[in-house]
Amino acid sequence: MTQTAVETRNLTRRFATLTAVAHLDLRIEQGEVFGLLGPNGSGKTTTIRMLCGLLEPSEGTAVVAGIDVRVAPEQVRQHIGYMSQKFGLYEDLTVAENLAFYGGIYGLGNTALAARISEVVAFLGLQRQVGQLVAQLSGGWKQRLALGCALLHTPPVLFLDEPTAGVDPAARRDFWRMIHDLSRQGTTVIVTTHYMDEAERCGRLAMMSGGHLIALGTAAEVAAQVGGRTLEDAFIILQERAAS
Amino acid sequence: MIARFWPMFRKEFIQMGRDRLTLGIMIGMPVAQLLLFGFAIQTEVRNLPTVVVDESRTPESRDLIAAFENTGNFRIVAHVDDRPALDRAIARGDAQAGIIVPYDYPRALARGPSATVQVIVDAADPLSSQSAIAAASGVAQARTLAIASRAAGAAAPRVEARVRPRYNPGLRSPTYIVPGLVGVILTLTLVLVTSMAIVRERERGTLEQLIVTPITKTELMLGKIAPYVGVGLIQMTAVLVLGRYVFDVPLTGNVLLLYAIALIFVVASLALGLFISTLVRTQQQAIQVSFFFVLPNILLSGFMFPRQAMPVIFQWVGALLPLTHFLKVLRGILLKGVGFDELWREVAVLTAFSLGLVVLAVRRFHKTLD
Repeated sequence: MTQTAVETRNLTRRFATLTAVAHLDLRIEQGEVFGLLGPNGSGKTTTIRMLCGLLEPSEGTAVVAGIDVRVAPEQVRQHIGYMSQKFGLYEDLTVAENLAFYGGIYGLGNTALAARISEVVAFLGLQRQVGQLVAQLSGGWKQRLALGCALLHTPPVLFLDEPTAGVDPAARRDFWRMIHDLSRQGTTVIVTTHYMDEAERCGRLAMMSGGHLIALGTAAEVAAQVGGRTLEDAFIILQERAAS
Repeated sequence: MIARFWPMFRKEFIQMGRDRLTLGIMIGMPVAQLLLFGFAIQTEVRNLPTVVVDESRTPESRDLIAAFENTGNFRIVAHVDDRPALDRAIARGDAQAGIIVPYDYPRALARGPSATVQVIVDAADPLSSQSAIAAASGVAQARTLAIASRAAGAAAPRVEARVRPRYNPGLRSPTYIVPGLVGVILTLTLVLVTSMAIVRERERGTLEQLIVTPITKTELMLGKIAPYVGVGLIQMTAVLVLGRYVFDVPLTGNVLLLYAIALIFVVASLALGLFISTLVRTQQQAIQVSFFFVLPNILLSGFMFPRQAMPVIFQWVGALLPLTHFLKVLRGILLKGVGFDELWREVAVLTAFSLGLVVLAVRRFHKTLD
């Protein structure tokens, strides 16, 4: 039996004159790897930020891990992990110091924290980087660390906003393997991307354009709905539609 | 040759207009400076609050006291019965000068050769005390001349003002500068450092990752300022130790009490910086606002210029600065050796400042991106 990890109804966000997300209805089950696909400005990041309580919805509701984001945004935060688009950890701290800081913020006690950090470090393969300053890490290692900080409190729902932007292909492949490992352990992963190969690795995906949900399903289903043979075709059709 | 000058000029002009804060500071700064230097800063101190002990209570003594008041330098705020009451008023800071007319003043005046009046000035404040000293000897000379002209040639007695500068008898400048400097250094460095605390995280992109965690606003704010409380107290110790052993500045009062009150002041300064941090969008703006804040602290707090000499409106502005109240504490404890009984009002005001500013900073901060 699957449980619902995320459910939105009529979720809408307006900025001044622009409607960034319009009337979004989504239902994401526990353990899914769910992709949000769309060109820049299609509303992916705004959607994720609303689900994390970083932006207040203008309209509609969002329930994450069983908690209404608008009613109790602070409680939601204990149940989610989040990786922002721009690398958001402290470059002037070491890998270990960043992990210890976030573990502490998430309320892990000293002994539990030490055990959890070594578990996460092993999972991410960060053993050799632990003592290094984050500023000295390459993009791929920084992404792993960011994932690690988001995982420390074993959140049931994980939001990754373009996690592999600016990372080399080998590191991207490793990163996706870890996403699937997490999914198998029961973590729900919601990930935004505009790489086709990544979108195809998602169980289901939602294609967005101009703040609207325009297709929903597996990669093949979405491609067909938008009117392309492949997902890439669909994406290009979409961009052209938006331009005209 | 100069064709590309115009696009550059236009671009700079547009950007200048978009950065409202910088533009506001560039235009506001000279206006504020002119007003401060033009109106607030008086190096000749008038209306110095003065208490009087008139032991003789005679027409002669009343004449003399009136002569003091007529200079405009002394404003009689109270008549007290004896010397200890006068000392207390000066220690508390209610008065900065005292005039003692001895009971035998009329007799000395009648007999000659000289009649003495004692003037006590609070030399913890250099400009006030210098003005008071000059004015007191001016009064004495004028009285002597007036009496001489009435005596018409006979051997007229002299009126003599014996001035006692209290708390800094040598009128040494380190003695009044160093205690004030403790407060100035603390407020400037601490406000500057925390004014960048939140915007630095915003600019580096670490704030978004941070506010998505369950940390509360109060935890975040208090955690930000706590390390600097220690830094502030170390700064203060450094200045005090140097002041004591290099510049020979006395540490008269209870140093422990000073540290306790300094702790409150340090929190107020840090919270003020944090509040600035929630108002600005970039670190550069934070620095600009902090520097803008420097000016009134130096000029209106009483650090360099006595507040009594300022128009009332600037005294009010000065009262809004935590430094103004902390300076009274510093000079009171270090130079006058006063205790909590004389300083509880300053402690209350500083406590209100630190609590108020922490609450304000927490309220202003939002754990969302808009």
